[in-house]
Amino acid sequence: MKIVIVGCGRVGAVLAEAYDAAGHEVIVVDLSTRAFDRLPGEFRGSAVRGDGTDEDTLRRAGAEGADAFLALTEGDNRNVMATQVATEKLGIEQVLAKINDPVRAAAYAELGIATICRTTMLADAVSGFLGLPPSGIPSMIAARGGHHAGRGHEPLTSAGASGGASAGIAGTEGAGVSAGGEG
Amino acid sequence: MFVLVVGGGKVGYYLAKELIENGHEVVLMEKDRARADQIADEIGSIVVAHDGCEGKYLGEAGCARADIVTAVTGDDEDNLVICQMAKHHFDVRRTIARVNNPKNEDLFRHLGVDEIISPTRMILGSIEQDIPVHELLHLAALGEGELEIIEAQLQDGSPAVGRAAGDLTMPEGCSLFAVIRNGVATPLRPDMTLRVGDKVIAIGPSECETLLHRQLIGDDPEAVAPGR
Repeated sequence: MKIVIVGCGRVGAVLAEAYDAAGHEVIVVDLSTRAFDRLPGEFRGSAVRGDGTDEDTLRRAGAEGADAFLALTEGDNRNVMATQVATEKLGIEQVLAKINDPVRAAAYAELGIATICRTTMLADAVSGFLGLPPSGIPSMIAARGGHHAGRGHEPLTSAGASGGASAGIAGTEGAGVSAGGEG
Repeated sequence: MFVLVVGGGKVGYYLAKELIENGHEVVLMEKDRARADQIADEIGSIVVAHDGCEGKYLGEAGCARADIVTAVTGDDEDNLVICQMAKHHFDVRRTIARVNNPKNEDLFRHLGVDEIISPTRMILGSIEQDIPVHELLHLAALGEGELEIIEAQLQDGSPAVGRAAGDLTMPEGCSLFAVIRNGVATPLRPDMTLRVGDKVIAIGPSECETLLHRQLIGDDPEAVAPGR
């Protein structure tokens, strides 16, 4: 798989390392070159410094034709925008945005973007540790149906992606992964 | 009218001030508390010192009953999210976003932002008007940007020179409506013969630009979209 990871923080770096080691083609994008220090020396993927919400940067990084796009920066809005550029402009079907604000996470899931919310994930993990019931809010919200812009437009991608980008974020459909679900 | 302004920079500040002076109800959201307090001291207690990107605070600021939400922070991604949350989560009728990167304009529009204000594009437009380019010149965008008013100055070699305006094949939905000749603007009549130096003003959807270019400037695939 060709996987684009925007944001080379702890999570981004761990995933980049793992997917690279597993033989996938990995592209990591971060605003700071220092962030790439988190990648191991034997990392074979590409690390590109730049703004992951910028279409030109993503194209230059080689994100076109990626099978998956993960937006994992510290900024909810940057992640939201990066995934929308990925679906709308680059026609990437499988996208995931980390959104730590539960309200925003739910709202964007409604718009068809798969979101992962660290806030509810951690809260549920802590509750699970204490043996208390979880929040009941899914920390990973699968996209419902295709990403729609609220106007029913076709994606902006000119080539490819003819069948409507991101129709049913594959594999995550209906799967409310609840964290802290060990026991 | 109730207007929710998000972002208390210079734009947000003056916007809120003017709106109040014009008798509108305004709430301004600014996440930096010191800046929020400063604005509140100057224009009154209409400031909510919270992040307008956060769903909870948008709700508390009264987003659901806002007639217009306008996102004028310095960051495009924040402005996009504020407008999308307002539009899709709070059912606000009209959203206006400031956009810095002109490349984001069509994305924002496509994602449901009703109106886009791009200072970069405006300044670019002004500069283009001062440069004698032999290309199509964007004078203005109408509506939500679907329609553009475009000027073409006819040069030697333009396929339109020497022909009657009515004989030109215009792209669908596109029409030539005026000509500026020797500094005088006149409505363009179908029987008017076009000359070198004429500035022809056209209106039409932005997609028809390539065809318009071919008709008025000549074939030059390299230079179809100025300012893009």
